[in-house]
Amino acid sequence: MLTGTAKETYAADEALLTTRPHKLWMAAFMALLAVAPFLLNDYWLYLLCLATIYVASATGLNILTGYTGLVSLGHAAFMAVGAYTVAFLERETGLPFLLNILLGGLLAAALGAVVGLPSLRVKGLYLAIATIAFSFILHFVFVHFEGVTGGNRGINVAPATIFGHELSTYFDLYYVIMPVTVLLVLGAANLFRTRIGRAFIAIRDRDISAEVLGIPLLRYKLMSFAVAAFYAGVAGGLWAYFFRLVTPETFPLLTSIFLLAAIIVGGMGTILGGIIGAVFMTLTPEALRVVVDILSLFVDNAAGVLSPIRTVVFGGLIILFLVFEPQGLAEIIQRMRRFLQLWPYKR
Amino acid sequence: MDWLFFAEVSMAGLGSGALLALTALAFVLIYKATKIINLAVGEVLMFGGYLYFAFAAGWGLPAWASIPLAVIGGGVVGGIVERGIIRPMLGENPISVFMVTVGLGSVLIGLTELIWGPNPRSVPAFVPSSPVFIGEAYVSRKILVSFVVAGVVIALFALLFRFWRGGVALRATATDQAAAYSCGIDVPRVFAAAWILGCATAAGAGVLLGSIGGLSVEMGAFGLSALAVVIVGGLDSILGALIGGLTLGLVQSWTSTYWGGEYVNLTTFSILLAALVVRPYGLFGTHDIERL
Repeated sequence: MLTGTAKETYAADEALLTTRPHKLWMAAFMALLAVAPFLLNDYWLYLLCLATIYVASATGLNILTGYTGLVSLGHAAFMAVGAYTVAFLERETGLPFLLNILLGGLLAAALGAVVGLPSLRVKGLYLAIATIAFSFILHFVFVHFEGVTGGNRGINVAPATIFGHELSTYFDLYYVIMPVTVLLVLGAANLFRTRIGRAFIAIRDRDISAEVLGIPLLRYKLMSFAVAAFYAGVAGGLWAYFFRLVTPETFPLLTSIFLLAAIIVGGMGTILGGIIGAVFMTLTPEALRVVVDILSLFVDNAAGVLSPIRTVVFGGLIILFLVFEPQGLAEIIQRMRRFLQLWPYKR
Repeated sequence: MDWLFFAEVSMAGLGSGALLALTALAFVLIYKATKIINLAVGEVLMFGGYLYFAFAAGWGLPAWASIPLAVIGGGVVGGIVERGIIRPMLGENPISVFMVTVGLGSVLIGLTELIWGPNPRSVPAFVPSSPVFIGEAYVSRKILVSFVVAGVVIALFALLFRFWRGGVALRATATDQAAAYSCGIDVPRVFAAAWILGCATAAGAGVLLGSIGGLSVEMGAFGLSALAVVIVGGLDSILGALIGGLTLGLVQSWTSTYWGGEYVNLTTFSILLAALVVRPYGLFGTHDIERL
């Protein structure tokens, strides 16, 4: 049975996967992820890779916003830092590409700690606005620091190579992007089994009480910023190898809003939320495209209104979820699971 | 240094600063009553500008009719938004409500693009384009008019807050919601009033801004500059909005003239960051003491 799990040890209580069906489903899911490129065509593989990159970034933002309660609207800027670092290293040095991505993440993390500095002085809305300001300043740096960033033209990124083999197809890239993201998500899930992760949650729930309980606020807030920025930096590095061009316009404020929307729609403060939110938000525009394609049989110029409709639906999703289901898709899934478990007996 | 040129640049800066102050007023009105930062102010402003365009160019109404209609249109948007999505969020944490307004901004951009298309539009002028000279310095008449209008509106609101019953109710709600309730003030109505007034103000600013610089769906970015103004000036202070707006207008004008347009965002947001770190509650804002 899925229900009625009696936990007898602390280890069992903290475990990520508790029941046998849970483990089986997860194993099946992992196996599916492993063979996905053989089952999908190039278009769907492209979408899957893109969604996976966003999953990595959204999971980072979820650590910061969902678990630590610090709202950031500058997350895309951290992705940009990772992407630029990777592009720069790829152009200037012969370092292996995984190391480049790691360095991109670390540089973003360092910057994240700096951006987090105002977080002890201001919080909530003010912090969100400070991060907007930060992302605009960083945009200026990208445009004007031409020797490194190539100014408005940006940098072309050479394809990642491993043992002399160029990773240029989506098929190859998938096997880089997916494992990295799985590792990151796993890391996030495990983070909240440790002292640090629990400190984050304590800060979210009541920062003053957390300090009374002996959690140094500034250190943990900065740590949260750094971890979130690391995730974004790695995601940005993956992005750089995926699209092979980085410009100042690649990561606008809209991407930050997109990521925040993803964790709102998915469910703040749950690992699952970050994942399904990012996938959902990546796939929704495609679903809309299909709808518009069908509509264009009956209405002329339906294709012309696709982009504004996407904008409206994007904003509408944020509003609807916040008003009607603030816990997000993750909560809906939990509810469905409970329903199915109790199904014939519950009245 | 060419002092005449400097004077002209400064006056143009004061003109755009007055518009910033007017937009900042829209933030202040809504924040003061409801403790919500409405990030969609920039988009309401854009929507107001387009409404004016629709009335003046589409229906061919004269300016004296289409300007009030556009302002009323902004107020209607504010009312609908307050009733439809802000009222159900009462009591939620401020971040959620803030995010709702982010979503609202996106919806407004999309709707505007659906109705009027993505291309920039120019608005029929309601002010003659002949220049005005103050001393020897040249000032565009449009900018002068918007300066005067913004000044009058801000002064009007300051007086209303001080003396009008509704203004007093609004300040009472801002100070202590529960106490205002128990004194017989209809708090939900105050909320609605704040949203309607705020959005109408933003729409009016949009008409002025659109008549100076033309309309585009990217106009909402102006709202971010105005946000910098309210952070510097204090989120709940009309005086702060005025002084902050004029100052930022001047600084932006000087920056773009002497350094180049691309530095405008940099200075604006650097000022914003510095203000946040040094005085998070702004120059004239209320300094909240947080209790456990």
